[in-house]
Amino acid sequence: MTDFFWLIPLLPGASALLLVIFGRWLPKKAVSWLACLSVLASFLISLVSFFGLTRIAPENLPLVKFFFRWIEAGVFRADFSFQFDPLSSIMTLVVTGVGFLIHLYSVGYMGQDRSYTRYFAYLNLFTFAMLILVMSSNIVLLFVGWEGVGLCSYLLIGFWFERPRAASAGKKAFLVNRIGDAAFLLGIFFIVSNIGSGEFREINEAVKAGGVSPALATLVGLLLFAGATGKSAQIPLYVWLPDAMEGPTPVSALIHAATMVTAGVYMVSRMSYVFSLSGAALEIVGIIGGLTAVFAGTIAIAQNDIKRILAYSTISQIGYMFIGCGVGAYAAGMFHLYTHAFFKSLLFLAAGSVMHALSGELDIRRMGGLRRHLPLTYPTFLVGAVAIAGVPFLSGFFSKDAILTRAFASGHYLVWGLGIVGAVLTAFYMFRLVFLTFFGEERLDHEAGAHLHESPPVMTVPLVVLAFFSIVAGYVGLPVVFGEKADLFSRFLEPALRSLPGGHLGIGTEWLLILVAAALALAGIYWAYFFYLKSPQTPHLFVARFPRMYRLLYNKYYVDEAYEKLFVRPVVRGSEFVYDGFDLRVIDGTVNGAASAAGFSGRILSLFQSGLIKDYALIFLLGVVLFVGWLLM
Amino acid sequence: MGVVIFFLLSLLSVGSVLAMIFIKNQAYNALLLVLAFVSLGGLFGLLDAPFVAAVQILIYAGAIMVLFLFVIMMINLKHGLAAEKKKHAFIIGIVLAAFLLLELFLAWKRAFSSIERPTKEALGGPAGLGRLLFTDYLYAFEITSILIIAALVGSIVLGKKKGRE
Amino acid sequence: MIPPSYFIVLSLILFVLGIVVFFVKRDLITMFMAVEVMLNAANLTFIALAKASANLSGQVIVFFVITVAAAEAAVGLAIIMLVFRQRNSVLVEEMRSMKG
Repeated sequence: MTDFFWLIPLLPGASALLLVIFGRWLPKKAVSWLACLSVLASFLISLVSFFGLTRIAPENLPLVKFFFRWIEAGVFRADFSFQFDPLSSIMTLVVTGVGFLIHLYSVGYMGQDRSYTRYFAYLNLFTFAMLILVMSSNIVLLFVGWEGVGLCSYLLIGFWFERPRAASAGKKAFLVNRIGDAAFLLGIFFIVSNIGSGEFREINEAVKAGGVSPALATLVGLLLFAGATGKSAQIPLYVWLPDAMEGPTPVSALIHAATMVTAGVYMVSRMSYVFSLSGAALEIVGIIGGLTAVFAGTIAIAQNDIKRILAYSTISQIGYMFIGCGVGAYAAGMFHLYTHAFFKSLLFLAAGSVMHALSGELDIRRMGGLRRHLPLTYPTFLVGAVAIAGVPFLSGFFSKDAILTRAFASGHYLVWGLGIVGAVLTAFYMFRLVFLTFFGEERLDHEAGAHLHESPPVMTVPLVVLAFFSIVAGYVGLPVVFGEKADLFSRFLEPALRSLPGGHLGIGTEWLLILVAAALALAGIYWAYFFYLKSPQTPHLFVARFPRMYRLLYNKYYVDEAYEKLFVRPVVRGSEFVYDGFDLRVIDGTVNGAASAAGFSGRILSLFQSGLIKDYALIFLLGVVLFVGWLLM
Repeated sequence: MGVVIFFLLSLLSVGSVLAMIFIKNQAYNALLLVLAFVSLGGLFGLLDAPFVAAVQILIYAGAIMVLFLFVIMMINLKHGLAAEKKKHAFIIGIVLAAFLLLELFLAWKRAFSSIERPTKEALGGPAGLGRLLFTDYLYAFEITSILIIAALVGSIVLGKKKGRE
Repeated sequence: MIPPSYFIVLSLILFVLGIVVFFVKRDLITMFMAVEVMLNAANLTFIALAKASANLSGQVIVFFVITVAAAEAAVGLAIIMLVFRQRNSVLVEEMRSMKG
C-alpha cells in the first residue's frame, strides 16, 4: 500500500515541468486538467499510503526511498532520498488535499487572467517543492525544498509583477526569508559537522545514543528556529506576510495559510529529538510563539483590509503551533497545523469569493450586509470563523484546547496566559470581520456593488468541502477527558516524535480548562457583536478615547518603519558607497586603465613605423650589430 | 702565382662594389655588379670549387644580371638620380657598417686562429657534388625545384599587364 | 696555397660594402643589387669554409643559395616592375604607405 509514496512529490513536479516547457502551446482546458489532476493523483497516493502506514509497526519506520547520492565531499554526504512516516504522511495529506481544492478554486478565480498557464506552472512547482520539503529524509534536501517554496512564494506573490507593490512585496518576502535561511544554514552546518550526517534517522539515533551535547542542541535549535521565524512569519521576521497579500488570493490561501508558512512547525517537529535535549531552545520557541500570537492578534483588530486581517490571523495561529512545540507537545502543534489548514484556507478562499463578487474590493468598511447576496460564501465563511474562534464542537476548538491544556499541564503558565489572551483576540477580530462584511447596512461602493453575484461552482465547491472538514476534522484528536485512547491524532504521530511528557492533570482541571476556552471564545464573539452590531458607535468612542493606542495598532506598531530605518537604509547606503567608491573607481578603473595602457603603448610604438624602408633597415642593422656584439662577449 | 691572381681578383671585386657606391647610373651599376660576380667566380675557382664557379658565372652573371638589365631598360630612367637631401640614414648606416666590420673581424680572429692549413684534396668536382645532392640533400634539391616553379609562375603573374587575363 | 681565412676577410669586406651600398642608394633596383652582393659575400664564406674543413657540404649550400637567389631575383624584379607601374617611381623614400 505504501509502495508508491515516493511518487507523491514527483507527479506535481512532472506537471510543473511540462507546463513550464510546453505550457504556451497548451489550451487552457489542458492546463487546468493537467495541473489539477497531478495534485489529485498525489493526494490519492498520499491517502492510500496513509492507510498503508497504519498497518506498519513503528519499528519499521520510517520508510525510505533512496534515489541517488547527491553530494559526496569527504565525510559529508547528502542523498536525494525520501522518507515516509506519520509526520510526513500528515503533511502530504494536507498539502495535496488542500492543495487540490485550491487548484480547483483557482480555475475559476484565475480564469480570466492572461497568465493563466504561468500561474498553474508556479502552483505545481510550489507543490512539488513543498512535498520535497516534507518528504525529505535528510535536512539538506529539506533545505532544498525550503528554498524552493521560498522561490515559488516570491514568484507567486509577485505574480502580477507589473504592479510595483506586488513586485516589491515579492522581493521583501524573499529577502526577509533569506535572513532566516542564513541561520538555518548555520544550523545545518553545525548538525552535519558534529553529528556527521544530515539524515533524520541518523540524527535521532545520535541523540538517543547520547552523542549530542545539550549545548549543541541548544545552538542548533535556536539557529533552526531562527530560520523558522522567517519562513513561518514569527517575531521578528514576520513582516513579509502581510505584504504577501498582494498576490492572488488562492496563493495566499495555499502558501501563506495552509502550507509554506507551516513548514517551520513541521521542521521543528521533525527535529524534535534534538529539541528535546534543549529546554532553553524550547522555551524560546514557546515564548516567541506566544508573544507572536498576541502581538499579531492586537494588530489584526485594527486592520480594515480583509486579507490583511487574515494574514495577521495566520501569524497569530502559527504562534499557537509553536506554543505547542515549545512545551514539547509537537503532536498538538501539528494538530493545530492540520485543522488550521482547513479553516484558514477556507477563510481566504471565501474572502476571495467576496472580493470576486465585489469586483476586487478589499476594504471591509466598504462592505456590509453581504449575507443576503452571497448564499454560499456567507455560510462557509461563517463556519471558518467559528472554527478559528475555537467555538466548541468545531475543529479549531479541539486543536487549540490541546495546545493550551498541554501548556498549562507542563507548567508553562506564562505561555498559557498568552494563549488565552490570543484566543479572545482571535474570536474578536474574526467576528468583527464577519459582522462588518456580512451583516449590517450595506456600505458598498457603487461600482463594487454593480456586479454583485455569487461565485461559480468551481469556486464554491471547494468552499463547501473545506467547511465540512473545518467542522469534522477535529474529531480525530479528542481531549483526554474522553478517554486515554481518544486522541487518535497524537497516537498516530507518536513514533515520529520525541515529545516531552506532559504533566498529568486531574479530570476536573481538564474540564475546567475546556470550559474556560469555550467561554473565552464566546466572550470574544459577544464582544465583537456588541461593538459592531449592537452599538456600532462604540468603536468610534474607543478610538476617540485612546487615539494613540489605536494609531499604534493600526500602523502595526511601526515595525516596518523601524526595520526600514535600522536595517534597510544603512545597507542600501553601504552598497551605494561600495558601488561608487569601489566598483566604479577601482574595478572599472583597473579594467579601463589596462585598456588605455595598451592603447597608449601602441601609439608610442607606432611612432617607430615611419614607412621608410631605409629606417627599418637601419634598425635591422643596429639589431645585428648588437646581436653579434653580444655573441662575441 | 695563385697569390697574384687572388689579389687581382679580390681587388677587382672590392673595387667594383666600391665603385657602385659612387656611380649613380643604374646601368653602370649593373655592369659593375657583373664584374664583381665574375671575379667572385674566379675566386671560387681558386678555392677548388670549379663547378660552383661555373654555376656562379652562368647563373648570377649570365642570367640574374641580364634580368636586372632588362628591368632597368624597361624602367627607362633617362638620367641618374640626384643625391639624397637628408643624409642621416647614410651616415648612421656607414657608422654601423664600420662597427659590424670590426665585430666580424674580431669574430674571424677568434674563430680562425687555428685553421691555416688547407687540405690538398681536390674537391668540388661535379661527381662529388652530384653524389651529395642526390643523397644527403635530396629533399632540399626537390623542394628547391618546386620553389623555382613557384617563382616562375609568380613572376609571370605579377608581370602581366592589367586587362590581359 | 692561399689560406682560406684570407677569403673570409675578403668576404667580410664585401659584405659590409654591400650594406653601405644599400644605405647609400635611393632607388629600389640598386638596393636590390646590394642585397645580391651581400648574398655573394656569404657564398664566398661558405666555399672558403668548405675548402678549410674538406667538407663538400659548403659547396652544396652555395649551390642552393644561388638557385634560390635566382628565384628571388625574378620575383623581386617583377614586384619592382609592378611598383613602378603603380607609382611611376622607384624611389624608396616615396613608398611610405605603411606609415604608422
